[in-house]
Amino acid sequence: MSAGMNRRRLVQTDPVAQFERALEIREFENQINGLFAAGTIRGTTHLCLGQEALAIGLAAVLRPTDPVFATYRSHGIALALGMTPESVMAEIMGKATGCCGGLGGSMHLCDMELGLLPTSAIIGGGLPIAAGTGLAFQIQGNDRVGVAVFGDGATNIGAFHETLNLAAIWKLPVVFICDNNVYAEYSRINLTTPIEDLHIRAESYAMPHYAIDGMDIDAVTTGITQAVERARSGGGPTFIEAKTYRFAGHSRADQALYRPEGELDKWKPRDPVLLMEQRLIKKGLLDSETAEKMKSSMKDVIENMVKVCQAAPEPTVDAMFKHIWTPKVRA
Amino acid sequence: MPAMRLRQAIATAIADEMRSDPTVITFGEDIAAAEGPFKTTEGILEEFGPLRVRDTPISEMGFTGAAVGAAIMGMKPVIEIMFMEFLGVALDQLVTEAAKMRYLSNGTLSVPIVVRASVGGGLGFGSQHSQTLENWVAATPGLKVVSPSDAQSAYSLLRAAIQDPDPVMFLEPRVAYAERGEVDTNLKMELGKARIVKPGKDLTIVALGQMVNVARAAAAKISADVEVIDLCTIVPWDKQCVLGSVKKTGRLVVVEEQPESGGWGSEIIAAVVAEQFATLKAAPFRITSPNAPVPYNGGLESKFLPSPEEVTRQIEEVMKTGKAPQPWWRREGVN
Ligand SMILES: Cc1ncc(C[n+]2csc(CCOP(=O)(O)OP(=O)(O)O)c2C)c(N)n1
Ligand SMILES: [Mg+2]
Repeated sequence: MSAGMNRRRLVQTDPVAQFERALEIREFENQINGLFAAGTIRGTTHLCLGQEALAIGLAAVLRPTDPVFATYRSHGIALALGMTPESVMAEIMGKATGCCGGLGGSMHLCDMELGLLPTSAIIGGGLPIAAGTGLAFQIQGNDRVGVAVFGDGATNIGAFHETLNLAAIWKLPVVFICDNNVYAEYSRINLTTPIEDLHIRAESYAMPHYAIDGMDIDAVTTGITQAVERARSGGGPTFIEAKTYRFAGHSRADQALYRPEGELDKWKPRDPVLLMEQRLIKKGLLDSETAEKMKSSMKDVIENMVKVCQAAPEPTVDAMFKHIWTPKVRA
Repeated sequence: MPAMRLRQAIATAIADEMRSDPTVITFGEDIAAAEGPFKTTEGILEEFGPLRVRDTPISEMGFTGAAVGAAIMGMKPVIEIMFMEFLGVALDQLVTEAAKMRYLSNGTLSVPIVVRASVGGGLGFGSQHSQTLENWVAATPGLKVVSPSDAQSAYSLLRAAIQDPDPVMFLEPRVAYAERGEVDTNLKMELGKARIVKPGKDLTIVALGQMVNVARAAAAKISADVEVIDLCTIVPWDKQCVLGSVKKTGRLVVVEEQPESGGWGSEIIAAVVAEQFATLKAAPFRITSPNAPVPYNGGLESKFLPSPEEVTRQIEEVMKTGKAPQPWWRREGVN
């Protein structure tokens, strides 16, 4: 089995297919949670529970030729963009069949065919590089768009400000998407950042900016479409703040006991997967019985997938030396 | 003597310094309310309050520079860089600003900061969160570079680092945070002084950080009588201790966690060879990681890091042949 087999790019905007993909992400994250808790997987992991709609909406709008630079919290984006659960799960398990051959891990996913560039585990790391891809597209005269997805906490790092300014002054075809899930590690946003509406930071770079409801797939799709169209047509960068909420702890060991009481409960009805389901039912595109069936079969699919990954081979020792430098060209 | 975990020794040293010196302050990401991602600042906010103990935004450049500014105005900041890699976004403030302050003020300014960072592999954190990277800072005159290996040295060296008038980079082996050891809070250790953690007469191992435990484990298995030196400080390193030991044993092996190229071990071997070549009975050499990023996969990561088995194998070989053995990756022909 090769890492990229059966890629499933979500180019269509079929809402039932989107819901199914959201269920996949949800179930995938739940499985990961269990596997880490059981000690089956080592290292660390960052779940995207509550942030599924942003991933799905992003995938629905972008083309595989638009490079996405995301973070250590990208299982959802990877699956939404079309990576197979096997290639992501195997990577998290450190297996040879993973998207990075088991050398990257949970924080480092990549699939160039789908437009997912290596995700960075350094805060702000992807922003300047996304701008640089936009620079290349501008010079090449094509209509591709560079995309950076990052957290609220990343707006406090130098790279963020430098990159916004640079992208604005060069009018680069880039879309900056801040996933404001209210927390950076164990700190609520108000403890580290004087404002909670982060999109206004782009105002000082004279960059178009707005907030979207990151829990609402339709709002996400509309908001990202507008920015991507602007970038494609030479209108320069846009800064989007997606208001979401981090339903899980920061990383695997975190119980998130620092949340103000009731905050999580307040957000639960805004669960993006739940909202998708409710909307489909309301529109008559789905009934609750079918929805339940989809959920339980997704559970089976993901559980089986985990078994397949567990049985997959470990990388061989020489793998660690394979991709450091350009291979020597033999005459 | 109380036994404590290495991470508690860190917290205890910070607390003891803060108690005895009101100019000591500490800040970093999630070090106050959450008491540190690795719990190295447990109880500090509670005892010393939010004026002296602060959580920062994710702004390493900003808060590293703020430490420099506060230091030249009379404070003694101890800051935490959660993973050494994050120093990358703040390197200017340490290497190009802090390290030049005294020099560019014609000797009038002092920058008594301690930059603490967790370092090293072994925990499955992948290529961007597992490096030791001491060579990022070791080649900058004006910085001192220190790394403890156990609870006692963490406690005593951190206190010395905080008391030191110059900028100190303090590298904490992450994998050892939970390890327990006895700590004598009256024991003083000086920066720039190594410790002989196991005496021996046949061969000298110089190690640092988590490699000290690896060297000790190997020394316990090796048939020869090995002396293990915990270097403790890379800049300035304890030449006297190392030269003295090698004069006695005639054999030197440096065990470094970082990749083969550009390590401080080369510096040590160069000095020994240059200054007392005639005392050597065998070729001095280094045992390091290979020139590759730290792999995530568990099996590969343990193969990647110098292990007691690999150290044992190479030392048994040099004892027999007098020649520097091949590292595993050349022996196995994989690199
Ligand atoms: C330069 C740097 N500093 C610190 C960290 C440690 N760190 C990892 S995730 C994180 C919180 C990031 O919060 P946010 O940007 O809001 O993203 P979220 O995790 O909520 O998706 C921190 C501080 C890092 N990876 N890189
Ligand atoms: Mg966040």
